[in-house]
Amino acid sequence: MSSSVPFRERLQALRYNLIPDHLIGEILTKRWTDNAIPFLALVAVIAIFGSAIPGFFNPFSLQESTRQLGEFTIVVIGLTVVMLGGGIDLSVGSIFALATFAAVGCFFILDLPVWVAFLGALATGALCGAVNGYLVGFLRLRAFLTTLVTFIIGRAVFDILIVQYGAAVQTSFAQSDAWDFIGDGTVMGLSVPILSALVLAIVTHVVLTRARIGWHILAVGGSRRSAHNAGLKVRRTVFLTYVFSGLCSGAAGFLVACRLSGAGPGTGAGLEILALTAAVVGGNALGGGRGSVAKALMGAVIVLVMTNGLIRLGYGTGTNQMVLGLMLAVAVTIDIRWLKNRHKVLNEVYVAPVYLRMGDAQSAEPGSGTPYALNNRLSEAEPIGLGELEGPEDVILDRDDHLYCGTRHGEIVRFFAPDYKRSEVFAHVGGFPLGLAFDRAGNLLSCVGAMGLYRIAPDRTVTRLSAETKRSLTSVQDDARLRDPNDLDIAPDGRIYFTDSTKRYDAHEWTLDSIENRGTGRLLVYDPADGTTRTLLDGYRYTNGVCMAHDGKSLFFSESWACRIHRYWIEGPRAGTAECVIRDMPGYTDNINRASDGTYWMAWLGMRTPSFDLSLRHPAMRKRMTRRLPQDDWLFPNINTGGIVKFDETGRIIRTFGDLSGLSHPMVTSMREHKGELFIGGILNNRIGRYRIEGADPTWTGPDSYWGRT
Amino acid sequence: MGFPKDLSQERIVALITVAIFAMASVALPGFFSPDNLVAIVRSISVLGILALGMAVIIIGRGIDLSMVAIMAMSVAWYLQMLNDGMGEWRALALVLAGVLVIGLANGFLVAYAEVPAIFVTLASASFVFGLVRSQMIGSDAVPVPAGHWLGHLGGMRLADVPVEVYVFAALAFATFLFLRFTKWGRYVYYAGDNPAAARNIGMPVRPMMVLRYVLSALIAFVAGLLTAGSLQSMNTRVVNSTQLYDIVLVAVIGGIGLSGGKGGVRNVLIGAALIGILLNAMTILDIPLLYQNLIKSAILLIAIIVDGVLNPRDEQTAQQGDI
Repeated sequence: MSSSVPFRERLQALRYNLIPDHLIGEILTKRWTDNAIPFLALVAVIAIFGSAIPGFFNPFSLQESTRQLGEFTIVVIGLTVVMLGGGIDLSVGSIFALATFAAVGCFFILDLPVWVAFLGALATGALCGAVNGYLVGFLRLRAFLTTLVTFIIGRAVFDILIVQYGAAVQTSFAQSDAWDFIGDGTVMGLSVPILSALVLAIVTHVVLTRARIGWHILAVGGSRRSAHNAGLKVRRTVFLTYVFSGLCSGAAGFLVACRLSGAGPGTGAGLEILALTAAVVGGNALGGGRGSVAKALMGAVIVLVMTNGLIRLGYGTGTNQMVLGLMLAVAVTIDIRWLKNRHKVLNEVYVAPVYLRMGDAQSAEPGSGTPYALNNRLSEAEPIGLGELEGPEDVILDRDDHLYCGTRHGEIVRFFAPDYKRSEVFAHVGGFPLGLAFDRAGNLLSCVGAMGLYRIAPDRTVTRLSAETKRSLTSVQDDARLRDPNDLDIAPDGRIYFTDSTKRYDAHEWTLDSIENRGTGRLLVYDPADGTTRTLLDGYRYTNGVCMAHDGKSLFFSESWACRIHRYWIEGPRAGTAECVIRDMPGYTDNINRASDGTYWMAWLGMRTPSFDLSLRHPAMRKRMTRRLPQDDWLFPNINTGGIVKFDETGRIIRTFGDLSGLSHPMVTSMREHKGELFIGGILNNRIGRYRIEGADPTWTGPDSYWGRT
Repeated sequence: MGFPKDLSQERIVALITVAIFAMASVALPGFFSPDNLVAIVRSISVLGILALGMAVIIIGRGIDLSMVAIMAMSVAWYLQMLNDGMGEWRALALVLAGVLVIGLANGFLVAYAEVPAIFVTLASASFVFGLVRSQMIGSDAVPVPAGHWLGHLGGMRLADVPVEVYVFAALAFATFLFLRFTKWGRYVYYAGDNPAAARNIGMPVRPMMVLRYVLSALIAFVAGLLTAGSLQSMNTRVVNSTQLYDIVLVAVIGGIGLSGGKGGVRNVLIGAALIGILLNAMTILDIPLLYQNLIKSAILLIAIIVDGVLNPRDEQTAQQGDI
């Protein structure tokens, strides 16, 4: 940096290029950030109560706490599944109590074996859950009120039962080792409830994330209407979530029956608000679709440690309810606000511009006398497919002179030689086909924006070759995915070299990438021999066109937002390295292709302007701009003027073509020479241009140049 | 009985009420005596007052599960302060401020933070109970101080009718006037029927919502004063009882649709009459309290099912997250 740069600007450069602001946005796009708040709460709660209560961490006290934790966790997992499906189950407390009574009744009053007591508890839970599920799932009643009412009914039934049979339980002499073991014993130092909870957590997690029914539950919770329209059995799925919750409460009731060997009026009292608070504090969304077993576990630990801790610290009656109410209100509010504003926060912080001082460029003004001086030649180009085409980013011709281009509708269109008046849809790929190339066998290869690298065989079958590369070790966002594959070319050995322009934005958000100006473009290679994709170069500002040099030992690629052309060596002493051959062009570089005389054509998609160059030196201004102004008012590269530049292997500029009328080819993204003519494409254009080149070899074609004459 | 077209829930319930009333009058000795009838009206007047507040909230598409907690805890705190020797006005001002804050907090969270009302009020009920029970008062029940006006209130009668019946009647009439004849009263229906449309045409939907929660909190406080007056104390255990569900029961069974925008004071009166007669009949029949709870909750479930059948929701029209 020269010493003429003001100190303040140098400070800005350091600030914006060294502090990785963009990571905030990338972290926020992660689903796991939802877990951050509950996790911090978990750590805080354990730290506070662990230090306030003497002997909190001593093994025996932990052992006792985990028994209760196990039972509670089982209930919370059940409730979480219901919430994921878009419902809520407040009746867990009374189901729990009824199941406890069922187990106790089977064992102590009827003198039945332990396994019958277990089945009795489960059956009670399943039955109550089925009632809830029927009312909410099939009759479509409001989940909250309905389960509130079934909760009261269950509680009333339990109270009646306990008054009638409570004495009979206490005077019973039934005994069993299995019963006592479940209540008191440990396996490898872990109590039975905590083991059961762990097993249940793992199974539920696997089912939710891997199994069909789990996906159905999440789909129903995420969007009930879409799930219904997609043909899922919404009502049955909701029904099953309640049955599952009932089963969980039943199992927990059995465990507590073994532990306490009895049931009393207090059994399960207040459990519904505890479990609800746990599920919500853990971060499971109300209304469904968002949540996990891990969240349920965190919530269960937070709530239980907190309530037990308050009791052990000797706070009086009511403190627990106060704290629970406060936690529930805060958690629900955070959940709702976060869900509502997450995308706003993301919009605010995602665009993180960097500082760049562009080098001075030679003028491209008509008549300026520089090699870049634009003329009006391209306005003479004859239109092909005028008004029929939308967005021919790249064009290419085959050995039979037919002309191919991609369109923004995801199609490859073929125009028939010799006059290119007739056309057909050659193949439908989807996405937005950008760069095109023919391989030795005559397959058409295309970089499809937002999708990946595709091959279209002469018989029109479409095959995906690559959609991902190896993930880099330090990336926060998933940079294995090809987000914006742009252009490709094929080496003599059949390897496909192609560019992925940016890791941070989708193809249609290229304006944001230009404003941010962060170097995240890549050069990649796909090896057809083993189907692997490797990243060769990384960190360029929007890698774009790729062209194999005439000798096939190196390739040229363009770096759009830096207005540069680089050469990458495939063979020879400098293999694997890149050098910049042309820097500080007056236009934004796009596709590069071979010319018949051993030189190269290169497209300018737009021209630099002093105002945008200046804004690149003011990252804070650009950040403000994207946040506060509507998109129409943004300052970004001028794409109303472009052109075609011809350069040779040494980087010398030979000549420049333009369209000063602005009617035919204001911006150019690609051009192909074929039999003395130049075919011109533009990603925002509605035609392909056909321009006769003076003095060009009238027999030269691309396929011949790459693969020899046949 | 009429035919399905005329068979609104309100009419069904009215007919059932009359039928039960007739049956009870014939079958139960002592049911149709002036004393017992006054007792019925008295027994439901506190419930009815609470149900009026709940009705206004439900019509505006909300629900307030914190009413019983506010009722019990505000009065308990008030009595505790009086018992501790605080001046009448100071105590009253403090309690009113507390009630106002809770109502505002409920309303703010529902209206502005857009948290579902059912969670907000469930949480605030727990919070209010816990806060007052653990910080403000010493035991579950707080007696009315000797010689306090609340103590006289409970025994006051006009023309052999207890004073709370008049309060209920006056509040019912005031609510009726508010809902039927004032601008903001009509707005409650529009906001409850379609909040988005109401907001689009410029109604102050959110401030109105806050106002409703404040109103219901104040109504709960009044109901609490009457309760304390007639029992000479406030027992905070009522928070854990089923009284809250009785309130919802009265509102819902009278035909106030939970989806909002429907119903009025008449529905509350009918619902209250049915519940009052039922409770009284069950008491005369000497049905234990536990079974009474079971019967009441079963009736509430049936009411909700009927409400669901009369106001059905399907997969296409259901709101996401509407639980």
